[in-house]
Amino acid sequence: MLQTNQLNEVMETVNGIFIDVLEDDGIVVKYETTAADIAEWDSLNHIALVVAIEKKFGIQFTAKEIQDFKNVGEMCEGIILKLQK
Amino acid sequence: MKTILSNPDFLALKKNLKKDFSTFSTYKLAILGDSSTQLLNSAIRGYGYEVGLNIEIYESDYGQINQEVYNTSSGLYGFKPDCILIFHSTQKLLSQFYKSNETEKDRFGENHINTISSLFDKIKSELNAKIIYFNFIEINDGVFGNYSNKISSSFTFQIRKINFELMKLAIIHKNVFINDICSLNNQEGLKLSHDPKLYVNGDFVFSLDFTAKVAKNIVDIILSIAGKIKKCLILDLDNTMWGGIIGDDGMENIQIGDLGIGKAFSELQAWIKQLKQRGIILAVCSKNTESIAKEPFEKHPDMVLKLDDISIFVANWESKVDNIRYIQSVLNIGFDSMVFLDDNPFERELIKKEIPSVVVPDLPEDPSRYLNFLRGINLFETASFSEEDAERTRQYQEEAKRTVFKESHKSEEDYYISLDMTSEVKLFDKFSTPRVAQLTQRSNQFNVRTVRYNEQDITNIISAPGYMTFSFDLKDRFGDHGLIAALILKQQQNALFIDTWVMSCRVLKRGMEQFIINEIVKVAQSKNIKTIIGEYLPTPKNVIVKDLYSSLNFHNNNNLWVLDTTDFTPFKTYINATN
Repeated sequence: MLQTNQLNEVMETVNGIFIDVLEDDGIVVKYETTAADIAEWDSLNHIALVVAIEKKFGIQFTAKEIQDFKNVGEMCEGIILKLQK
Repeated sequence: MKTILSNPDFLALKKNLKKDFSTFSTYKLAILGDSSTQLLNSAIRGYGYEVGLNIEIYESDYGQINQEVYNTSSGLYGFKPDCILIFHSTQKLLSQFYKSNETEKDRFGENHINTISSLFDKIKSELNAKIIYFNFIEINDGVFGNYSNKISSSFTFQIRKINFELMKLAIIHKNVFINDICSLNNQEGLKLSHDPKLYVNGDFVFSLDFTAKVAKNIVDIILSIAGKIKKCLILDLDNTMWGGIIGDDGMENIQIGDLGIGKAFSELQAWIKQLKQRGIILAVCSKNTESIAKEPFEKHPDMVLKLDDISIFVANWESKVDNIRYIQSVLNIGFDSMVFLDDNPFERELIKKEIPSVVVPDLPEDPSRYLNFLRGINLFETASFSEEDAERTRQYQEEAKRTVFKESHKSEEDYYISLDMTSEVKLFDKFSTPRVAQLTQRSNQFNVRTVRYNEQDITNIISAPGYMTFSFDLKDRFGDHGLIAALILKQQQNALFIDTWVMSCRVLKRGMEQFIINEIVKVAQSKNIKTIIGEYLPTPKNVIVKDLYSSLNFHNNNNLWVLDTTDFTPFKTYINATN
C-alpha cells in the first residue's frame, strides 16, 4: 500500500501541471478524475500532459501505460512506482 | 533574442494559440501529411505568433496527400494556400519499402522522387503557391548494419539517394523549398527527435520537443520567402572575435590560431567569412581605440577576417547603441535585418532594450560553444541566392568612399556630375531573373506595392502577354551597383499600370527615379500609350515612396496616380542611358 501523503504530494504536483498545460486555474484533480471530467483534456492535450509530467518527474512512461491509466490517481501511482525504481 | 525564438518549447508555443493574432498579417499554409500533424499544426501557428504572423492553417485529413493534390475540388484548392507543406515521413516510407521486392527496392528512391515530382507538377499547374517539402530523417533500419552502405537495395542506400535527389529536384522547381529535418535531426539525434510512445499511440513521428524545432524551421523558411531575412552581422571584437582584450594584452597575446583557445575563434571567423561571401554584410562595433582594434585585421597572420571583409568598422568609446544606430544609417537597412554578436551580457541587454528589433543571440559562456550554437539557431535562412549577394560587401565599401567624396563637393549638382553615372536599361531575361525576384522579395522600403515574386513568377511574367518589364543597373566612377531597380508594367487598354517598382535603397538620391520615369514615358510614347498609372500600397516600411508619384508629377485620381504621357517634360538627370 502506498503512503497516502506521498500520493497527495504527487497529485498536487500533477494538479499544477494540469493547470499549466490546460491553462485553467480552476482545475482540481482527484483520484477518480478522468479525461471525461475536464473539458480541455482531449487526446492532443493528453500528449502534452504526459510529456510535461515526464519532464517534471524525470521519468518515462511506456506506450502501454499512457493508454491504460484509467484516472489521475492511477497515473500518480504509476509515477510513484517509477520514482521508487 | 528570446529563448522561445532560438529554442522553442512546445508548451509555450501552444499557449500562444489563445492570444490575439488580429494585428498580424495572414499567411495561408496547407499541411498535407502521411502521419499525424495536429501537434505540428499547433506549434507552427504558435511560433507564428512569436514572429508576428497569423498563420492560418488548413490541415488535410490524415494520409490524404495524393487525394488532396490530384482532386482539384479538394479542400486544398478551395483553401488557396500561399504555401503547401508536404510531409512524407521516413516511417511510412520504410513500411512501403518493406513491401517491395528486390527489384523494386533497387528503384525505390527513383520511384519516390518521381512521385514527388508529379505532385510538384500538379500543384504548379493548379496553384501559384510555394511548396515546402520535408526531406527524410535517415534511419538505418539495422537490416544490413554498416554493410547497407554497400548494397544499393538497402533502405539506408535508398533513403540517402532520395535526400540527395530531392536537392536536385528543388533546384529545378523554383517554388519548392526543402525543410531540412535531416540536418535538424543530425543536431538532436533520433533519441530526442522521436518519441516511440507518441508514434505507437498516435502516429506522431516527432517528439514534442522536436515538433517545436521543426515548426521553427518551417517558419524560418516562410519568413525568408516573405523577404524577412538577416542582411548584416555586427561583431564585437574582444572575447568575441578573438580571446583576450587587445588593448590590454597586445596583438601578440590575443588568442587566435594556435594560441590558447584560439581555434574556437579562428573557426568562428572562418564561418563568418563564408557568410560574408554569401552576401551578409559584416560590420564591427567595438569599444576600443580604432587603430588598436584594426591592427590584428591588418597584421595578425592567424586572423581569417581581414579589413577588406568589413564594410563598416566602428571602434570607439561611445555607447554601442549609438554605434549600431550609426551603422544602420550608413547601410540603410532595417534594424530587424541586423544581428549583433557580443560576449558581454551587459552590452547585449542594452541593445535588446534600446533597439529591440536587432537580433541579439545569447552566446554561450564558453567560446568553444559559440559556433555550434550559432549554426544551430539558423539565423541566416534565405530564399534566394544570386551573384550580386557576394558582391555586397564591396558595394557597401564603395558607398563609404562616396560619402567621403560627396563631402568634398560644393553642390549636389557638382557631385552628381562628377560621379559619371550610367545606367543600362534592359528587359528582364533569364540572367536577371534571380536578381529581379530577389529585389521584389527583399526590398521593403522602395517598393510601391510590395508584391513578392519568386523566380518562377518572374519567368512567367516575362512570357505573359500584356506585360512589359525593365531592369536598371547603375555604374559610377567608384564602381558597379549592379542591377538596382526593376519595373513590371501591365498594359490595360490604353494605359500602363505599374504593377511593381522596386529599387535598392543604396541608390536613393541619385536621380534614379527621374531617370526611370523618363525611360518609361519614352517607351509608352513609342507605343502610343497615353497614360501611366501608379499605385501606392502602404506598409509599415515603405513610407519613403509615399510621395514618389506626386514628386514625379503624377496626379491623384481615386487613390491611383496618373501621368499623361502626351504632356510630359522629361526630368533633368545626371545619369546616361546605355543599351
